[in-house]
Amino acid sequence: MSLHVESKRNFFLVFGALMVLTMLTVYVAYFDFGAWNNVVAMAIAVAKASLVVLIFMGVRHSSPLTKLVVIGALLWMVFMVGLTLTDYETRGFLGVLGK
Amino acid sequence: MPEHSQSGALAHHFETYDQQREASSLGMWLFLVTEIMFFGGFFLAYIVYRSSFPEDFAIASHQLDVTLGAINTAVLIASSLTMAMAVRASQLAQRKAVVGFLIATMIFGGVFLGIKAVEYSAKFEHHLVPGPNFELHAEGANGEHAEGFDVGHAEMFFNFYFGMTGLHAAHMVIGIGLLIWLCFPAWKGRFNADYHNPVEVVGLYWHFVDIIWIFLFPLLYLIGFHVGH
Repeated sequence: MSLHVESKRNFFLVFGALMVLTMLTVYVAYFDFGAWNNVVAMAIAVAKASLVVLIFMGVRHSSPLTKLVVIGALLWMVFMVGLTLTDYETRGFLGVLGK
Repeated sequence: MPEHSQSGALAHHFETYDQQREASSLGMWLFLVTEIMFFGGFFLAYIVYRSSFPEDFAIASHQLDVTLGAINTAVLIASSLTMAMAVRASQLAQRKAVVGFLIATMIFGGVFLGIKAVEYSAKFEHHLVPGPNFELHAEGANGEHAEGFDVGHAEMFFNFYFGMTGLHAAHMVIGIGLLIWLCFPAWKGRFNADYHNPVEVVGLYWHFVDIIWIFLFPLLYLIGFHVGH
């Protein structure tokens, strides 16, 4: 992959967006959305992390192999958390015979 | 045929600088994958415990200082900006700018750790460090003792708090050490468009540590924040 130098402008735009999203995540925490509080907070965190990975870490100009490694890591995290929660969150859905 | 450079920074087992850069950033990403697994186990355990004891964890989370946490988030994002600028300056062979941005990144990192130290000492004073002196008296909405509150679960929250933020802070300390180490070759003007791999790789590490905090802040500080407001 030939070298790509990111523009200063993009770095400052990402910085501004990250600051706005940080303020937003604190602001929405004042409201009670029930279980949606977690969803909103995590959605904002994922958006912030994506900006850092794509622009600050320059993955959008990385080779396909590097992108594959990044996506693989995220996929593995999703498997680990997702499959574990399918256990913990569904215990008690069905009665256990003899109990 | 292999490229030949004036600085001789192309290792003999690489054909081109592009290939060398690709190999080093890919290697760093593979290391970061293991770091994601390392922190991932902690995050998963926290999520499971928190979903098991949501009320107790929310009460414990209320003891944290959201203002200091938010300021620290901003400080860390600013340090990521200066780190990205340092990598950019190294690609453009701007010798003095690289050193300047590296030092700025260190200063932001130091401020982060300083604020963290203030928070930690407050937790010690308030008996919120897990152990024999742990004390937390939860009060309900009308000031009466919160019903069904289990102090052991709150202590568990603080185990996670100190474990996760402590591990994160340890990564920050290592990162600052790496930045100091980078200043010497940067000052000597060793980095240019062909060879800036050390700055690039430390930059990836620093941004990764920033991302961990981006998740830690809402998970630890903001859960159940609305309850008391």
